[in-house]
Amino acid sequence: MESHAQPASSASGSAFHTQAPINPYDIHMATIVEKRRETEGIETYRLKLVDEKVRHAYRFSAGQFNMVYAFGVGEVAISIVSDPDEPEFLDHTIRAVGRVTNAIARLQLGDALGIRGPFGKGWPLEEAQGKNIVIVTGGLGCAPVVGAIEYIFRRRSQYGAVKILHGVKTPHDLLYRERFDAWRQHPNTEVLLTSNQPDKTWHYHIGVVTELFEQVAVDPARTVVLMCGPEIMMRLGVPILMQRGIPASAISVSLERHMECGIGLCGHCQLGPYFLCKDGPVMSYDRVAFWLSRTGV
Amino acid sequence: MAEHTSHLLSKPSFQQLIDVLRSSGYRVVGPIVRDGAVVWDTVQQTGDLPIGWRDIQEPGRYRLEQTGDDRIFGVVHGPQSLKPFSFAPRESLLTIERTQNGFATTPTIPQSEKVAVLGARPCDVAGLAIQDRVFLRDAYADPYYQARREGLFLVTVHCTRALSTCFCASMGTGPRATSGFDLALTELPEGFVVEAGSSAGEDILAKLERRPATKEAINAANSRIASCAKSQMRALDTSHLPQALYDAHEHQRWDDVAARCLACGNCTMVCPTCFCHAVEETPDLDRQRSEHTRLWDSCFTQEHGYIHGKNVRPTIKDRYRMWLSHKLASWIDQFGSSGCVGCGRCITWCPVGIDLTEELPALLKPDARNTNRQT
Repeated sequence: MESHAQPASSASGSAFHTQAPINPYDIHMATIVEKRRETEGIETYRLKLVDEKVRHAYRFSAGQFNMVYAFGVGEVAISIVSDPDEPEFLDHTIRAVGRVTNAIARLQLGDALGIRGPFGKGWPLEEAQGKNIVIVTGGLGCAPVVGAIEYIFRRRSQYGAVKILHGVKTPHDLLYRERFDAWRQHPNTEVLLTSNQPDKTWHYHIGVVTELFEQVAVDPARTVVLMCGPEIMMRLGVPILMQRGIPASAISVSLERHMECGIGLCGHCQLGPYFLCKDGPVMSYDRVAFWLSRTGV
Repeated sequence: MAEHTSHLLSKPSFQQLIDVLRSSGYRVVGPIVRDGAVVWDTVQQTGDLPIGWRDIQEPGRYRLEQTGDDRIFGVVHGPQSLKPFSFAPRESLLTIERTQNGFATTPTIPQSEKVAVLGARPCDVAGLAIQDRVFLRDAYADPYYQARREGLFLVTVHCTRALSTCFCASMGTGPRATSGFDLALTELPEGFVVEAGSSAGEDILAKLERRPATKEAINAANSRIASCAKSQMRALDTSHLPQALYDAHEHQRWDDVAARCLACGNCTMVCPTCFCHAVEETPDLDRQRSEHTRLWDSCFTQEHGYIHGKNVRPTIKDRYRMWLSHKLASWIDQFGSSGCVGCGRCITWCPVGIDLTEELPALLKPDARNTNRQT
């Protein structure tokens, strides 16, 4: 399904071709109900929409994102990392790197942020039912896939083997450490971590995430890959997976570009013919392989 | 759809068209001469229009000159297309006010204003239809664009003179407008052949002193439009797009054009279809209130492709390639048509005269550097 963003204020679905008074630019206020420090400069904010009607109508799928607004500063596109089965609370893991994210970092519990969304197309989790799942992530790139992992584990029996491969630069960069430990406890599940700049405390693999491919057995005909992280990881990693017989159409990647509107109008997030805010951010690799192999797009 | 029955409006009756539009509640806008170019502004009488002027356009050059004739629409076009009427160069989206527990937003959707545009060119009417597709026929209808667009009444003037930079005939958008207008005029020495393109157009037409257009007048109009098409010196062969341009990604011509391109963004500002925009936040000094505004952006800026610490299109080569590939190729995949209507403005208003009708064929020729390259 080519699921376009569903406006937060509408429970009834698409506004296509209608005169419905939906303003996709309007921002809904949310309160920070929890602020959890993940690592240096990265926090997870749990947000609750203030307007009850908006909150109850809000549904999202794993891999979609919100435009998060800081009063007087502006908006930034952030993926929703919480469980789509609990849309009353919306978790966003945010690294303070720019003007807006630094302003967000200064906010405290009870402070207000704005939300527009959810936007984009999430992970193909329904199509992946009955398949083995390989999740490959790097750095903060694991955030957009966390909701998908929670979704899968809530329906554990509907999926085959789950293998989570996650790479970080230094052990310091490992987010959600306790979640990785919890996921490891699920049946028929492997969690493999690697760091390419480890310290003495690191007792997992040393190297980059693509090296972990050698440590897992895959049944190429029954495997779906979810991938998220630096584009270089995808450029190098996907060919290795394809050599092992996994078709490009079974590999989904979550891509990142500058976004200012979330609805395919501001033009910034284009990758070839795609607007990553509405056609993505999750894309089937066979659709974007041509573009990811090119520079300066 | 209204039938295109033709009428003849005498030159002296042209003032009546302005008057009838005004009495029907429209603010009438037309081309006027200002600072050496024509720009859109409110007009009250025929004499406000650039009678007896014509424009000379070439790559990197725009000049107005007086001809001494009495043509009302002798000037083909200025730097502005119809775009600013429906997609404002800068507009407030929301005002956001601090409240006790956070903030409250107020959308600033504009009041729909009735505006009649006199002298919209067929290429620009086609450009507006492309913008309608972008802003109104996707998952959301943009309410800001929609409010401005709804109030527009378009009086198009079919072209009877081509500029050296025009190539609408090859893009199928002119020199005759086939849809998207309320009234269409063809200027002849004895007056205007007029046809209505909508019921709103019919209503206005019914209030004008007019007579049925003679066969001779209709033939004269048709032949002037046809020779305008024939006289066009530029053309774009789009038959191999989009794929041929996608395949030309590594062509050395991109380096060549990038060495000339200043990345000034003029081409994107004058383009009738470019829709990129940025969103800006302007808080009051006391931080009690903030304005959430959008403004035209350009894919030629350094910020356009910026994402946390890196630019995905760092070089001018990347950005020119982005612009041209989007306009002529990926637009087709996105919206089902080319993003180019052949108005030629990007050629005229480019300070160094880069001409896309020259660049595209060069890009589609085999690359001298990689003659053995597999396709």
